[in-house]
Amino acid sequence: MRGWMRNFRSLIFFGALTLILSGCGVDNISALKPEGYGSELIFDLMMISIAIMLFVFVIVMAIYTFVLIRYRRKKGQEDFIPKQTEGNKALEIIWTVIPIILLLVLAVPTVQATFDLADKSGQSNEDALTIEVTGNQYWWHFNYADQEIATSQDLYIPTGERVYLDMKSSDVIHSFWVPSIAGKMDTNPGENVNTMYLEAFEEGVYWGQCAELCGPSHSLMDFKVIAVSPEEFEQWKEDMQNIDPEAQPETASAQEGQELFQNNCMSCHAIGNAAAGVGPNLSNFGNRTMIAGILDPTKENLVDWITNPHEIKPGNQMPANLVSEEEASKIADYLLQLDHSEITPESAGGSNNEGSNE
Amino acid sequence: MSTAVAQNRGLGAAIWDYLTTVDHKKIAHLYLVSGGFFFLIGGLEAMIIRIQLMEPSNDFISAGLYNEMITMHGTTMIFLAAMPLIFAFMNAVVPLQIGARDVAFPFLNSLGFWLFLFGGLILNVSWFTGGAPDAGWTNYAPLSTTSPGHGVDYYVMGLQISGAGTLIGGINFLVTIVNMRAPGMTFMRMPLFTWTVFVTSTLILFAFPALTVGLFLMMFDRMFGSAFFDVALGGNAIIWEHLFWIFGHPEVYILILPAFGAFSEIFSTFSKKRLFGYSAMVFATVLIGFLGFMVWAHHMFTVGMGPIANSIFAVATMAIAVPTGIKIFNWMFTMWGGSIRMTTSMLWSVAFIPTFTIGGMTGVMLAAAAADYQYHDTYFVVAHFHYVIVGGLVFGIFASLHYWWPKMFGKVLNEKLGKWTFWLFFIGFHLTFFIQHFLGLMGMPRRYWTFQTNQGLDTGNLVSTLGAFLMAIGTLVFLINIVYTAVKEKQASGDPWDGRTLEWSIPSPPPHYNFKQTPLVRGLDALWVEKSEGKKGMTPAEPLGDIHMPNPSILPFMMSLGLFIAGFGFIYQVDNKMWLIAVFIGMGITLGSMLTRSVKDDIGHHIHKEDLEKGAGE
Repeated sequence: MRGWMRNFRSLIFFGALTLILSGCGVDNISALKPEGYGSELIFDLMMISIAIMLFVFVIVMAIYTFVLIRYRRKKGQEDFIPKQTEGNKALEIIWTVIPIILLLVLAVPTVQATFDLADKSGQSNEDALTIEVTGNQYWWHFNYADQEIATSQDLYIPTGERVYLDMKSSDVIHSFWVPSIAGKMDTNPGENVNTMYLEAFEEGVYWGQCAELCGPSHSLMDFKVIAVSPEEFEQWKEDMQNIDPEAQPETASAQEGQELFQNNCMSCHAIGNAAAGVGPNLSNFGNRTMIAGILDPTKENLVDWITNPHEIKPGNQMPANLVSEEEASKIADYLLQLDHSEITPESAGGSNNEGSNE
Repeated sequence: MSTAVAQNRGLGAAIWDYLTTVDHKKIAHLYLVSGGFFFLIGGLEAMIIRIQLMEPSNDFISAGLYNEMITMHGTTMIFLAAMPLIFAFMNAVVPLQIGARDVAFPFLNSLGFWLFLFGGLILNVSWFTGGAPDAGWTNYAPLSTTSPGHGVDYYVMGLQISGAGTLIGGINFLVTIVNMRAPGMTFMRMPLFTWTVFVTSTLILFAFPALTVGLFLMMFDRMFGSAFFDVALGGNAIIWEHLFWIFGHPEVYILILPAFGAFSEIFSTFSKKRLFGYSAMVFATVLIGFLGFMVWAHHMFTVGMGPIANSIFAVATMAIAVPTGIKIFNWMFTMWGGSIRMTTSMLWSVAFIPTFTIGGMTGVMLAAAAADYQYHDTYFVVAHFHYVIVGGLVFGIFASLHYWWPKMFGKVLNEKLGKWTFWLFFIGFHLTFFIQHFLGLMGMPRRYWTFQTNQGLDTGNLVSTLGAFLMAIGTLVFLINIVYTAVKEKQASGDPWDGRTLEWSIPSPPPHYNFKQTPLVRGLDALWVEKSEGKKGMTPAEPLGDIHMPNPSILPFMMSLGLFIAGFGFIYQVDNKMWLIAVFIGMGITLGSMLTRSVKDDIGHHIHKEDLEKGAGE
C-alpha cells in the first residue's frame, strides 16, 4: 500500500491537495489530520480517490464550459437546425473504458485497506491488549479484559501498539468513532461482537464520539482516547489494578460524600474493577477530562450534573433529584478526589485544552 | 352517459371533480399539489434544523424535538415530496409521450394517489398527537422498537399505507408503458423520460415489497408483542437495516432515474438535437436500475459485515459510476454542436451537470469501504446525498416544472421569476451543502442536535445555515411565480418550446381524451420527425371514431379513508382496546368500497365521433 502510494505522491496537485485538506479542522478531532495507523491509511485512500475524482471533474468541466460557450444560440440563429447526430461508438467506448480503469485503480487500494483494517491476527498474541467496549445510552464502558480494569468515558491506551477493541452495545446501536486515530465501527446489541484496533503514533488526548443516532443525547455521547507512552501506560495499569474502592478520603466533606455515594449511587455505579452497571464506572473520576463527556471537570458542573442530569443530557437514565444540592456537593467532593492514578490526561501531552468546553 | 358533460364550475363541484377523478392529468395535479405541500413542510423542518445548528451549543429546539425534525424531514422529503412529485410528472407526461388516451388502470391510479395522501396525512398528524417519529428516517431497530410514545407507530402505519399507494402506481405505469403505446412506438422509439419511468416502475415493483415486509415486522414488534428485532428474545436488530436498505438503495434510483429522463428531454429540446447516444442512454438506465439492487449493503460498511462482504459491495457500488458517467458525457454531447437556448428549465438542467457530478464523485469516494469508516454517518454523507437528491432530483423537478407546466396548466411560467428562483436556490444550495463535506471530515457526525464550541465547526455551520435561507427564499419566489403566472400570463400554445415528443402535438392543456386520433409514430422524437418533413402535426393511425373513457369514482378515496381511520385504530389499540372499533369501522369502509367496486358494473362512457368533430367534450 505504502510503496504503491509513492507513484501518486509524485503528482503535484496530489501533494498540494494533502496540504490543503490537512489544514482543515482542529487537531485531535479531524479525520484530515491523521495521527494513528488506521486514520492515516484511510487518509491516503481518501487522497487517491479525491485525486482521481478531481481529474475526472476537470475533464467534465472543460468539455462542459466549452459546449456552453461555443454552442449557445446567438442572435440571428433562431432558424438554425443542427445536425441530428445519432451518437459515436468510438467516443462511447472511450468514456466507458476510461472510468472502468480509473475505478480499478481505486478498487485495489480500497480492498487492501479494507482487509488491513480488519486484520485481527495480532490479537491472539500474548502481549496484545484487548479492551471490551460497550456502548450505552449515552456513555461508553471500557473493560480491560485480562487486566481487571474497568473504566468509563476515558480510554487509556499505550502509543505505538495495536490495541484491539471488542465492541458491543447494551441497548441500541451506537458507533464508536475516533476520527484522528481510526475510523469507526458500530456497536450492536446481542451476541454480535465487532472488533477493530486503535494504533496511535503520538501521545495525545483524542476526541471520540458516537456516530449512530441513539436517542435524544446522541450528540452528547463524547469520550476521549488518551494515548500515553508504554511506560506510563504500565504505571496507569498498575495504579488502576490497585484501586481500593473503600479507601477513606481526606476531607470530612468528601468522607460524608463517600457515605452518601454508597447509599444512593452504588446500585448503578461502581468504583474499582466491577463490570458495567446501569451507569458508568467511576474509577479514576477525578482524572477525567470531562464530566458526562461534555462538561468541564469543575465541582460546580458536577453538582449541576448530579442534581439535574436531564437538563444536561436529555433522555439519560440517571434519576433527577435523588439527593439534595448540599448532598450533591459532598458527593462531588468525594468523586473529584478519586484520582487513582498519577497518569492523567496531562501525561499525554497536557492536552486537556482540546477537551475543554470553552 | 351523456358525452358533452355539462361542467358546473362551482367550487364544490370542482372539489368533487378532483375527489372522484380517474383522469391521469388531474391526478397529476393532485400529486403536484400535495407533493408540493409536503415539500414545503419538509423544507420548514429543514430550516428549523439549520437554525438549531447555526451556532454551537444552541438550544433553539430541544434534543427530542430535534430528532423528530430530522426524522420527519427525511421521511417527508423522500416519501411525501420527492416520490409524489415524480408521480405527478409520470402521470402528466407518460401517457402523452406514448400516444395513449389513458393509463392502463385509471381506477388504480386514483387509488394509488389517495393511499399516498392519507398515508402522508397520518405521518404528519403525529405532530399534533404527542410526538412525531424520532428514530431517524431509517428507523433503525432497536432505537425504533424501544422509542417511547406513538411516534414510530405513525411512521410504520403512514409509510405502510403510503407505500401501498406507490406500489400500485408503479404497477400501473409498468402496464401502461408495456401495453398502451401508440402504433409504431417501439421500445427503442420511446422518449427517454418514458424509459426512465419504465425502469423506475420496475424498481418500485421489486423494492417496495421489502419495505412493506420490514414495516409489517416492525408493526408486529411494536403493536402485537412479537420480537423480530428484539435481541433479548432471540430476534436480530440488523435484519431491519438489511430490509430497509434493500428497499432504500433502489429508492434512490427510483427517485433519480425519472429526473435523468426529464433532463434528457430538456437537453435535447433546448439544444434542438436528438439525444446523443440514445441506445447507450437506454442501456445505461437499465444497468443503473439493475445495479441499484446489488449494492444496498454499502450503507452498512461499519455494521461489522467483515472485509469480504465490504469489498464486494464496495466494488459493485463503484461500478454504478460507469453508466452514470456515460449519461453525463452523452448529455454534454447532446449539447455539442447544438443550438442551446437558456430557458429556465434548461438552466436547471445545465446546473445539474456539475452538481450531480460532484455528488456522483463523492458517491464513489463513499464506496471505498475503508474510507467510509471515516465518512459514514458524518456530514460528508449528508453533503453527498443532498448533492445527489437535491442536485439531481430537486433540480430535475424544477426543470420539469418549468418545462411541462404549460402542458399541465396551459400557461408558461414567467421566465424572469423562474431565473430568480434558479439563482437564489442554486447559490443557496452550494453554500449549504458544499461546506458540509468538510464539516464531516473535520469530525462532525450527522444527526447531531448540537456541537461543541471549540471543535472548529462554527463557521462552516453558520455558512450552511445562511445558504439554507437563500434556498428558502428561492422557493418562495417560485410560489410567487405560480400565482403570477396563473393571473397574468397568456394561454400557451400546444407546442411552446418547439418540442420533439408526442405530448407537444396536442393542445395545452390536453383534452381529457388526450388524442382525438391515436398518432402514428414513425421514429424517435415522433413529433420532430413530422416537423422535419414540413408537417404541422402527427399523422393519425386510425380514423376518427368514438372514444371509450372510464367513469369517475369516489371509491378510491373511500378505500383510502377507511385505511386512514383503521390506521389510528391500530396505533391506539395498544393503549385501549376500545380503539379496535376504529379498526373495524375503517376496514369496514375499505372492504365495503372494494365490494361495491366488485359488484357494480361500471363500463365507462363513450365520447362520440360527432362531438369530437365539433370540438366538444373537452
